[in-house]
Amino acid sequence: MLIRLTGGAVYDPASGIDGAKQDIYIQDGRIVDKPSGDFKVDKEYDLKGKVVMSGAIDMHTHIGGGKGNIARTLLPEDHRADPVARTDITRSGCGHAMPSTFVTGYRYAEMGYTAGFEPAVLPINARQAHMEMADIPILDKGGYVLMGSDDYLLRMLTAKKDQKAINDYVAFTMQAAKAIGVKVVNPGGISAFKFNQRKLDLDEQNSHYGVTPREILKSLATAVKELGITHPLHVHGCNLGVPGNMNTTLDTIQAIGGLPLHLTHIQFHSYGTEGDFKFSSGAAAIAEAVNLNKNITIDVGQILFGQTVTASGDNMRQFANHKHASPNKWVTMDIECDAGCGVVPFKYKDKNFVNALQWAIGLETFLLVDDPWRIFLTTDHPNGAPFTSYPHLIRLLMDRSFRNDVLSTIHPEAQKMTTLASIEREYSLQEIAIMTRAGAARLIGLQDRGGLSAGNWADITVYTDNADRQLMFEKPDYVFKDGELVVVDGKVVHTKWGTTHVVKPDWDVSVEKDLQKYFDRFLTMKLGNFKISDDEITEDGRGSLTVHPLKGDVA
Amino acid sequence: MAEITEVPSPFCGIGTDDLTIQVDGVSLKVVKNGCAVNTPAFEQAITDTRPRVDGKDVSLDVAVAKAAALLKNTNQPVIGGCATDVNGMRALLALADRSGAVVDNMNFTGARNNFLALQDSGWMNTTLAEVKNRCDLLLVVGADLESFSPRFFERYLWNEESMFLADTGKREVIYLGKAPSGAASTSPNGQKALVFECANEDLPDVVAVLRALVKGNPIRVDSVGGIAVSDLQAIADKLLAASYSVVTWAAGALAYSQAELTVQTVSEMVKDINNRNTRSSGLPLGGKEGDQTANQVCGWTTGYPARTRFASGFPEYDPYLNDTNTLLANGEADALVWVQAFNAKAVPPTTNLPTIVVGRSGMTFAKEPDVFIPVGTPGIDHAGHAFRLDNVVAIRLKKLRDSGLPSTSDVLNAIEQACR
Repeated sequence: MLIRLTGGAVYDPASGIDGAKQDIYIQDGRIVDKPSGDFKVDKEYDLKGKVVMSGAIDMHTHIGGGKGNIARTLLPEDHRADPVARTDITRSGCGHAMPSTFVTGYRYAEMGYTAGFEPAVLPINARQAHMEMADIPILDKGGYVLMGSDDYLLRMLTAKKDQKAINDYVAFTMQAAKAIGVKVVNPGGISAFKFNQRKLDLDEQNSHYGVTPREILKSLATAVKELGITHPLHVHGCNLGVPGNMNTTLDTIQAIGGLPLHLTHIQFHSYGTEGDFKFSSGAAAIAEAVNLNKNITIDVGQILFGQTVTASGDNMRQFANHKHASPNKWVTMDIECDAGCGVVPFKYKDKNFVNALQWAIGLETFLLVDDPWRIFLTTDHPNGAPFTSYPHLIRLLMDRSFRNDVLSTIHPEAQKMTTLASIEREYSLQEIAIMTRAGAARLIGLQDRGGLSAGNWADITVYTDNADRQLMFEKPDYVFKDGELVVVDGKVVHTKWGTTHVVKPDWDVSVEKDLQKYFDRFLTMKLGNFKISDDEITEDGRGSLTVHPLKGDVA
Repeated sequence: MAEITEVPSPFCGIGTDDLTIQVDGVSLKVVKNGCAVNTPAFEQAITDTRPRVDGKDVSLDVAVAKAAALLKNTNQPVIGGCATDVNGMRALLALADRSGAVVDNMNFTGARNNFLALQDSGWMNTTLAEVKNRCDLLLVVGADLESFSPRFFERYLWNEESMFLADTGKREVIYLGKAPSGAASTSPNGQKALVFECANEDLPDVVAVLRALVKGNPIRVDSVGGIAVSDLQAIADKLLAASYSVVTWAAGALAYSQAELTVQTVSEMVKDINNRNTRSSGLPLGGKEGDQTANQVCGWTTGYPARTRFASGFPEYDPYLNDTNTLLANGEADALVWVQAFNAKAVPPTTNLPTIVVGRSGMTFAKEPDVFIPVGTPGIDHAGHAFRLDNVVAIRLKKLRDSGLPSTSDVLNAIEQACR
C-alpha cells in the first residue's frame, strides 16, 4: 500500500529540512522516494496547515524494570486517581506518575512518541526490564545496562586489569542484558552504600575496593568508545541532589579528558551553595562547560510541580532523600552485589524554595546550552515529572511570555535566585525536533529512525500548528508507527508492537571462563542462566530485536 | 534418556538453578541437588493429558469453547490460584480484563501482610547474593526457614567462599519466635543458632520491644512473650554491631490478625538500624509457585498487586474485598476459574458456581469442575519465567520434556479469544 502525506510543513533536522512544504510517501512501513512514472496512491492524508515531524524518541525514561514496578506497587492511591478503562482495542490500566505498561505505550503514542529508552537496566534485573517493555504497546524500546557498582568490575579495577579485559566484560554484559548503551549511576557509590559509606565524591575511594568514581568513569567511557558503541557512556554522576554538586559535575567533565560522555538529568547535578538558603543555580556554569566541551551531551531531567515518584538506581542518595518522601513511604534495595535501587515519592511544590529553584535551574539549562544536538528533553520520567507533562515543558521552552507568567508565581526567593526572567531565547520547532527526534536517534545510534528521508522507518507525527504549543504537542492529528496509523486526534486507533533496539559488540569468549567460575563461587545463578537469549525477546511472537551497527562497521 | 543440568526451579522460591534432572520419556528424576520441596515437585508423574467437560474427556477446542461459554454471561467471575509463569499471568490478565473478572493470587492473604506494610511505610530490602556475600547476622522472625526452603542455609549462608567475609561459618543466626525444625542453621563450625521462642500471638509485642531497644528507648518490663528483655537487648546490640545484618520473615507464617503491623515494625526497625550508622536489610520470604510472579506481572499490567478486580472496566485493587474465599462465601462471584500450573494438590475451593480449572496434571477434585484442562508445568513442560522471592531476579525456566500438554498461556489465550 502506498500512502501519501500531502502538503505538510516538514521539520526534519536529519535532512536539514526546516519547515518546507513537502510530500512524504510511505510503503511497506518505510518512507520511500516519490515513485517514478505513473503510480497509484492508495491512501492520502491532506496535511495543509499541519506540522510534520518524525516520531519522538525519549532517550531517558524509566519504563521498564524492578524499581518502576516497586514504584507502582507503592502508590495505589496515585493510580486510583487516574484509572484507565479498557476499550475494544486497548487494555485497561492506570496512569499518572508511574503508569501501567499498556497505558505507558498508549499515552506516549498519543503525544507523538514512538520510542522510549530505559536508562537503568540492572544486568541481574534485565529480564524483568525487557518483560515489562514487551508489554508496552506501539513504542520501540531499548535499554542502557547499568554498570559501575558491580563487584566484578570493581574487583577488576582493584586488580588493575587492562582496558582490553574491561572492554570484553562490558561487551559481554551488554549482550547478556540485551542493551544498546551503558549507564553508570553514582559510580561505585551504590556499592559503597552497602559498605555503609553515606557519600562518595569523585575522588573518594570505595572503602572496600579502593577505587574512585573518577577511575570507574574513565574505564567505562573508554570501553564504550573502544567497543564502538554509538551512545556515549550515560552518566548519573556523584552527589545527586547535594547543594554544591555543580563542582562535582564540572570536575567530571574535566576528568573524562575529552571522551564522549552523556550527563543525564543534569538539573539534579547543577546546584550551588550561594544565597541565604545555601542553595543556588549552577546552570550558567554547567551550560558554559557543556558549550565548550563538544564531547559532552546532556539531558535535563526537568522538574515540574506536582506529585510524582522518584525511582533510581542510586540507593545511597535515595536513602538520604527519604527525609523528603511525600507521602512518607519509601523503599531501597541492595541488589545482588550488582546494583541497587531506591524509590521515594516526591511532591514538587512551586511555593517551596528548593523545588521552585530546581524548576528554574532546569529551564536555565535548556535555554543556556547553545547546541540542540547535544541537549535532550527529559523529565527523567517519573523522577522530575511524569512523561505526560512534556507538552507543558515544550510550551515553557517555546513561549517566553508563558514562561515568565509561570515564573512570577513561584516562591519569591527562588525568583530572585534565577536569571530566567532575563533569558529571551525561545526554542523553535526545528530545535524541538532536534532534541526529541533527530538528535536523540543520532545520540543512541538508531539506524533508520528519527528522520523523514527515504529509507527511514515511517514513524511520523502530524500536529496542527497552534500558537499554544502545549495544546499542539498534547494532541497530534496523526501518528504513524512503522507506517501504520496508530493515533488520530490524540487517541489510539490501532495498536501494534514495536521492536527492541540493541547493539552486539564482540568480546573475547575466554572471559566467559573466568565469569563462569566467578558466578559459581559467588553469585546465586549459573552463568548460562544469567544470559538472556534472543528467544526470550521474540518467542511470544510480538517482540523483535533490531541490531544497530557499531562505529567502524561497514554499513 | 537425557540428563539436563543447571535446571532452575520455580518451586522453592530461592531460585536454585543447579539441579540435574534425568529425563526418560516423560518421567523425571532429580539426580543432583534435589530437596524436600523441589524433588517431588519435579518428579510428579503426568496422569491426565486430556481436558474434561462434565467429567468426560474432550478435545482442547471443546473444553476452551465450553469455558468461554461459561464465562460469557457472567458479571463477576473470579480467577483464583494465579499460580503460573509470566506468560501465563499475561494471558490470565488479558482474560480478566476482557471478562471483568477478579484476579486473586492464592497466597495473597499471607502476602497482604507485606503489601500493607509496603504501601503504608515502605522498607529497605536485599537480595540473595547480598545475603550470600555480605550478611554477618541473620535474624529469622517467626518463620521456620529450613522447612520453607530446605537449601537456604547451604546455598546462601554456609557457602564456602564469599566476597566480603573471611569465614562464612562465623556468621550468626538468631531465631525469634519459631524454633528451627532441623539443624540446617547450625554453622559448619558447629555453632548453633540462638533461639528465642514465643507464641505467634506474642510476636507483635516481642518485635515492638526489640525495635524500641534498637532505638535506645527504655523498656520497663523484664520479659515479653516469655522472652527476657535482656535477651532482646542482646539481639538489639548485635544488630547495631553487625556490619550487614539481614532480617527475614515469611508473611504467610504470621497467621494472626493485623500481622501487617509486625511486618511494619520489623521493616521500620531495619530503617532505624540504618539510621544508627550501620547497614541492615530485610528479606521477605515467598516466591513459591508463582506468587511473586503473579504480583509482579499484575503490578506492571495494572499498577496493583494480584488481588484486583476488572468489573468496572478498569483495575481496582482491594486487598480484602477481592479475596476469592470472601467473594465465594458472600455470593458475590458468579463463576470460578482456578489456575494452578505448579501444584496438583492446590485444588480450588469447592463451590456450586460454574468452575473452570486450568491445572497441573494430576489434580483430584472433591467435586468435578465443569471444565478441567490439564496444562504443562512451567520449567518442566515448557520454557518460561518466574520471579524469585527477592523480587528482583527472574529465572529462565527450561523445557525438560515433550509432554504435549499446552501451557497456561496457550489455554487462557484461547479462552480469551473465544470470549471475543
